[in-house]
Parts: sequence; C-alpha cells; structure tokens
Amino acid sequence: MAISTVARVGAMAALTALALTACSTGGSEAPGAAGGDCAPSDGPVTLTFTSWLPGVEEAVAIWNEENPDIQVEVQTGPNGNGGTYQNFFNQLEAGNAPDLGQIEFDAMPNFRVQDGLENIAACEGILEAEDQFVPWTWSQVTFGEEDAVYAIPQDTGPMAMFYRADLFEAAGIPVPTTWEEYQAAAAQIREQGGYINNFSQSDINAFAGLVWQAGGEWFANDGEQWEVNLTGEETTRVAEYWQGLIDEDLVAVYPPWTDEWNAAYNSSEIWTWVSAVWGANTIASGAPDTAGNWAVAPMPQWEAGESAAGNWGGSTTAVLKGSDHPYEAAQFALWLNTDADALTAMNKTANIYPATIEGADLPVFGEGVEFYGGQKIYEVFAEAGNNVDPDFTWGPTMTQVYNDVADGFSGAVSGSGTLLEALQSGQSSTIDALKAAAIPVKE
Amino acid sequence: MTATTASPRSANAVTPRRARGSGSSQHSGIRESAVSRTIAMAVMVVATLYFLTPIWWLFVASSKTRADFTTTAPLWFADFALFENIAALFDYRNAVFLRWLANSALYAGIGALIATIIAAMAGYAIAKYTFRGRETLFNVILGGVLVPATALALPLFLLFSQVGATNTIWAVFLPSLVSPFGVYLSRIYAAASVPDEIIEAARIDGAGEVRTFFTVATRLMAPALVTIFLFQFVAIWNNFFLPLIMLRDESLFPVTLGLYVWNTQVSQIPDIRALVIIGSLLSIIPLILTFLGLQRFWQSGLANGGLK
Repeated sequence: MAISTVARVGAMAALTALALTACSTGGSEAPGAAGGDCAPSDGPVTLTFTSWLPGVEEAVAIWNEENPDIQVEVQTGPNGNGGTYQNFFNQLEAGNAPDLGQIEFDAMPNFRVQDGLENIAACEGILEAEDQFVPWTWSQVTFGEEDAVYAIPQDTGPMAMFYRADLFEAAGIPVPTTWEEYQAAAAQIREQGGYINNFSQSDINAFAGLVWQAGGEWFANDGEQWEVNLTGEETTRVAEYWQGLIDEDLVAVYPPWTDEWNAAYNSSEIWTWVSAVWGANTIASGAPDTAGNWAVAPMPQWEAGESAAGNWGGSTTAVLKGSDHPYEAAQFALWLNTDADALTAMNKTANIYPATIEGADLPVFGEGVEFYGGQKIYEVFAEAGNNVDPDFTWGPTMTQVYNDVADGFSGAVSGSGTLLEALQSGQSSTIDALKAAAIPVKE
Repeated sequence: MTATTASPRSANAVTPRRARGSGSSQHSGIRESAVSRTIAMAVMVVATLYFLTPIWWLFVASSKTRADFTTTAPLWFADFALFENIAALFDYRNAVFLRWLANSALYAGIGALIATIIAAMAGYAIAKYTFRGRETLFNVILGGVLVPATALALPLFLLFSQVGATNTIWAVFLPSLVSPFGVYLSRIYAAASVPDEIIEAARIDGAGEVRTFFTVATRLMAPALVTIFLFQFVAIWNNFFLPLIMLRDESLFPVTLGLYVWNTQVSQIPDIRALVIIGSLLSIIPLILTFLGLQRFWQSGLANGGLK
C-alpha cells in the first residue's frame, strides 16, 4: 500500500533524475552534482544503521571506539525480502528511516526508483573509493550515472562449482570445465545412480547468476524507461539447457534449503553444486558426513577456454533518503566495507565475502579449508569475482520477478510447463507490475 | 493451537453423552452402532495425529545434534542432546533468546491482563448503563472484531511514527490492550450473568459504581474474563506482524519475531537452524502451560457464552 504511493511519486522523480543527472541543476536533490553539499555536521552525531548481518555489532563496536563523535547504533530485522525492505519503505514514508541500511544488489534499483537513496558522490573520499572495489560491484551502486554513488558495496557472491572430488575420481569422470562436458558427466553419474546437481526451483537469483555468466541481461534502463528481457537469447540457452537435464532426469529437483535437500548431499546422491562463495558453509553444515571430499572449481563455461563467472547474492550499505548526516553516514559505510578489521569481524560472524579487491587477500581467505580437503578455495572465488560481467542490471521489482518465475519453475520441475514458459510468463507479469507501479517500461 | 486443544476436548464432551445413551439403550432401544463410533474415533485419532505430529517432530528434532539432524530418521531420537542444545541457545548472543521470552511474557501477560480489565469494564458499561448512542457504540466495536489486526499494523506504524514512539515497548504494548471481541463477550456475559437487582442492592448498600463493578460484577463475570484473557494472551503471543513492522531494536523483540529473524539468516549461518528449532520448542511451552492451567475456565466460559 505504502509502496505503491511512494512508487508512483518516486518513479517519475527518479527516472527524471536518471535522465538529467549529467546536467543536474540542484533543486532539493542537490548532493548529486560534484561539489554539491555533503558537509560534516557540527558536533557529535548518532547514526542509526539497520542490518540483518548477524553479529555486525562487533564491527560497529570497533568504529564506535575509534570515533567517539560519530556513534553508530545498530538496528536489526529479518533479511531484506523477509521484511526489512518493506520496513524501509514504510519508514521512508513516515520520515523516520535509519541513516544507513543494508540493501542487496538486486534490490538497489527498487530503492532508486522509489527515490529512497541519498546520492553520496559528493561526500569526501567516496568517488575516489571506486578503485578499491571489484569492478562489477561499483556499477551496481552507481547505475551507470555520472557523479552518482548510492551505496557502498559490502559483500558479493561470486559463483563456482563445488564438486565431490572423491566421487569424480573413483568413477574416472573428468571434472567438467564446459557445460557440454557437464551434461556428459551428468549422464555418466546418473548411470551410477547419482545426480550431478539439484535444480533449485525456488532460487531464481541463482538462475539469474547462471544467466549472468552466459552474458544475458534481464533488465536495461536508458534513463527514460526500463526494458525487460527475461527471454533473451542467453537466458533461453540457459533455460533450455537445464530443461534438458530435468527432462532426462539428470538433475535432482529437491526443494532447496530443506532437510531432504541436505540429506541428498550428505548421502552422496548429488555430486556438485554450482553456487556462490557463501555456499561453502551451507554444504559443510548440511552434509557433515562428506567432509574432506569436496573441492571447488570454476563454473563450467559455455565456450571452452573462457572464464566467465556469475554472481549470486551480495549486498551494500546505503545511506537512506532523509538522513540528517549523510557525510558521517557515508564515511561509516566506506569504513565498514573497506577496513580490514571490520571485514574480518563480519566474515567471522556472518561469513561475508568482501566486495573490495583487497578483501580477497585477508588472512582468513588465504587458508586451506579442511572441509574441502585443504584446498585454498577462496582463490577460485576471488578469480571468479574478477570475471563477473559488470553490465548486468537488476530490475526495480525483483521480489515480484522472483515470485512469479519461481511459480513457473516449480511447475516445470514437476512436469507442467517448461522453464522457458515460466520465464515468458514472468516477462509479461513483470511488465504489468512495472506499469502498475507507474514505472515507464518499453513494451 | 486452538484446534489442537479443541479436538480432544470435543471428544471428551461427546463420549459421556454416548456412554449415557448406550447405558439407557436397554430400555429405550436407541443404540449407536459400533461402526459409527469406530469411524468417529478414527477421525479423531487422525485429527490428533495431524496436530501432534509436528510437535513431536519439533521435540525430536530439538533433541538431536547438528550432524544427526540431517542424517537420522526425522521422527525418532538419535543421540539425546536436548540439554546441550538448550545450553547453546541460551549461550548464543548473550542469552538474547531469554530476553525475547521475557518480552513475550511481558507483552502477552501484562497486555492480556489490562486488555481483559478494559474489555470487561467496557462490556459491563454497555450492558448495564443506558446512554445515548449505546447501540451505535456497540456496533462500531463489533465491527472492530471483523478487522484483522494485520490490516491495522501499517496505519498504527504511521501513527506511532508521528509521535516518535516506534521501536519502543509501547509500540507493541499499547495496541495489544485493545480487544473488540473481549468487549463483545463481556457485554453478552454481563447482560446474562449480572442481574440488575444485585447492582441495585449494591447501590442501596452505598457502594459506588466502580466498587460495584470490581467487587460484584467481576466475580460474576469471572469465566468470561478468563476466556478473554486466554484469547488475548494467545493473540499477543502469536502476534508477529505488528512487532515486525514496529521494532528494530533486538532487545525489544518478542520471541516470534526473534526466531523469524534468525530463520532468515540460515543461508549466512547454517548452524543457526538448530537454534531456531530448539527455540521454537521452548517458545510454545508457555502457551501449552497457560492452556493446561486455564482450559477448565476457558471451556466453561465459552460454553456459557454460547448458550446464553
């Protein structure tokens, strides 16, 4: 309810802003232009910061210790789609949003379109910070606008392939490096009674990661209107590939994140998982009996010899619209996501994988991981992070896209319809949703 | 919860009547066939299993170690680690779970108590005093029964925002004090169980209106009051959406919201799943105890309210 009102007003404003940023002439939305106002506040300030990152208080405590005049108060809640985004929108409407909020990459356009983000580009040191971050993450927080930075990247989810090194070796199957080899391996594994993977019917953002790797783009924005393309050439290729595996019963279709899904990995029924860096802990926790037998390799490629990677997950620290202290908030956001101690603390309590280039060199990522037979798995992910296409754009209504496509996908895995049909119907429902929110969209 | 306790109770209520029926059947010839009785029993057994199996699963799952949880049969015990799990839960993040339990007890316990008093006074007033607009007022309150609490959460958030009271205890506590259903039940019950003559007698003896209400009327209305208390207690304990929208400070969360928040962190910290499960088990115990303790009153209260 609140959203749609904000959306209607905000969408127009934001899109105008998107189009006009280059020649922004001020008005109430001044801090966009270079040399705009992002000045320090007088006297001590207290900032509020809402994040669902477990244990983020520990990193914040380091800041509070070092900055007695800029104290940060942590607020918490469920993950973004679990309620915190809706809370942010309610708070923006009521005028009591926190100064800073955690927002995932795929939700950034939603907040941008609804004018919920402060442009902190004019704040000291922010534009210069670009070099510190993995390239693709920076384009996600600027939306390609000039002199605009709407958040500081926090963590990422570069994708790779977790696989059972012991099973592949025992069966004499080479570890696949292309999707073609992957399909061949799938058939061999099926003959042995196993499955090569589980097709995750409800993790649409994981599927998006596969499309991302293939070079597909679901959304585009030319500054005036949005373009939706859930059925482009690359997406179709990925969808048909997995549909083929499903049709031939070469992949399992357990609902992800359930006990039976964990059990399938724990009992060695499933041999690989193409997933993000944080998945390392998921397997270790869900399949304890398989410890030591896993390894990590880059994602299989569409063309042999390439090294493209997708990304699944990751978030930012954004300064929300209406903050009284954007300067201090921006300084904190930059510190939180670049300081080695802060990143180490967040990795310890919440397993985050930093979005900075140097973050990949933190001591914790240099060690071999016992669960993966002592392999230094984070080297694979660091490499993957550098190979993520920076041009992928999320749409302003991803929650709706995920829900609609997931409905179709769960039908497809049980034999009614196909993945491609699900995406086709997602395409039209997404265009309808954008129109309903008064967001200009190309038919 | 309601359904779980309701089905065995209705079973009890039915059985004595049947027993009496078959006892007198030697004379009257009315006899229920063994077939229909068996079918009725079977339906009830199935219903009971349906409601109790998840609780059984929860109990068994809570007693397992993290490794056994995914690897052993879901409905039977492996290594019994219930107390280790509870200790781990209480140890996590400075015992924040205990804080949540205490918050829930506060919101639900004190909230339901005050809600009951307010509802009883309002219902009594509408039943026993004649004033202009009485029926209109009652109808408006009755309309309130039809509005789901969830629909009011967002408007309440905007209202509390205007006075700067979001993210405080009051944001959850104050809305919990309102129970339109309680007012409705109080009115019906007061009209039926508090005779005007007693109120007259109290007045003649020199008691003021307030004293009459607290010393005379509340005693006669006791079963209804217990009913209202129980309804409101359960409603507040299970209320999730309002705290979700209102609260940001972890130390103010009720247990429902706290467990939900943890559950959304499973992809980041898979191990937290075990804590969510053991926490869920502990969080329903106060509800079960409250029901077992008060269900006798609750039963007679509902029955009376319905009959009269």
